[in-house]
Amino acid sequence: MAAFIGLFRRDLRLAARQGGDTSLVLGFFVIAVVLFPLGVGPEPAVLQRIGAGIVWVAALLAALLSLDRLFQSDYQDGGLELLALSSLPLELAVLAKCAAHWVATGLPLALISPFLAFLVDLDPEAIPTLTLGLLIGTPALSLIGSVGAALTLGARRQGALLSLLVLPLYVPPLVFGAGAVEASVAGTGARAHLLILGALTLAALPLCPWASAAALRQALE
Amino acid sequence: MTEPAPDLVAEDLACRRGERLVFAGLSFRLPPGGALMLTGANGSGKTSLLRLIAGLIAPAAGRLAWGATPIADDAAEHRTRLHYVGHQDGVKPGLTPRETLAFWAALRGKEVRRNAPALAAALAAFALEPVVDWPCRWLSAGQRRRLALARLLVIPAPLWLLDEPFSGLDDDNRVRLEQAIGAHRAAGGRVALATHMAIEMADAGRLALDAFAPAHSVANG
Repeated sequence: MAAFIGLFRRDLRLAARQGGDTSLVLGFFVIAVVLFPLGVGPEPAVLQRIGAGIVWVAALLAALLSLDRLFQSDYQDGGLELLALSSLPLELAVLAKCAAHWVATGLPLALISPFLAFLVDLDPEAIPTLTLGLLIGTPALSLIGSVGAALTLGARRQGALLSLLVLPLYVPPLVFGAGAVEASVAGTGARAHLLILGALTLAALPLCPWASAAALRQALE
Repeated sequence: MTEPAPDLVAEDLACRRGERLVFAGLSFRLPPGGALMLTGANGSGKTSLLRLIAGLIAPAAGRLAWGATPIADDAAEHRTRLHYVGHQDGVKPGLTPRETLAFWAALRGKEVRRNAPALAAALAAFALEPVVDWPCRWLSAGQRRRLALARLLVIPAPLWLLDEPFSGLDDDNRVRLEQAIGAHRAAGGRVALATHMAIEMADAGRLALDAFAPAHSVANG
């Protein structure tokens, strides 16, 4: 347990000191969302219709942006060998790193989403659903992304390869995340969508660290 | 200790990297207090052997055991027995030496306060006191090396695996490391180290890896 907490805290401390990841992700998120009203025009009806999708797609892309760094520096500086030799099973080490990644990226994304919802003129009634959906769904983004990050470790053009691998896997959270907001706008209730989103995160919780750890062992060979 | 600690025994080990057989038919025995110096040309498999002993890679053939128990059978237990200091130091530029050592101790499942005596003693043993609270990005290559070596002293472990530990160290620090190794062996610890420097060490076994290169590459070379 000390190892899990130690790794989680170290990764958070590194993220806070380097500062780059969180602000980069947030900056990208804001800019990507702002581009849409400029592109499709400020027609409120159009924006309201596609707003939830815009925010979710931008959140996916922003989350993707920081993923290639998840294991990269540990892989390059020998830290990964120390993780593999630690008292912590590699699966739990991945989980600790994903948790820190989520706190540094997914959580801030969810927290600023209400402000972006205003930009796309989303129905104010639906804003809690959007934020709640992001809170539930972004852990799945970090977890699924860790598999891609581990598999592409050491590859040339890691970032591009990572997007190709991970974005298709982001489809289910996107469908149910955006669907929840639509359902809440339509007044049919977002509960079912949010529950499925939660199920996705819960399924990713044991499966993704297991797959990532297997890929990391391969990278260490 | 009630009964003497078992020997680390290797019998007829072979190592394969990709298509290439690096060495074969390698046997040694490392008793408590013993030292094993691995010598050989570049590419003769010194690092591979150390990684193999650490359990990071699996042998292609042969047996590696702690007493009577093959290390593959109690991998988790084996990890707690060893310290591995590889080529790379695993030092993060954004952390201070003190934080780095505390994190490495946490990885081994031990909560170590940042002002714990064990930490201070390890830092002092490699004369790192003046830089304890600097970010590691300011450290020289030799200082990073010493920080990686200080890890050996924070949490005791009976088996040290050191890959070129003397590289980058000046004369004073080379003596400090020799003293640390001497004290470790006097307390019943064992050490396997790869080096191509002429290091004098009291009754150390020597293993010249060139002698275990597979026959065909000798014929070719």
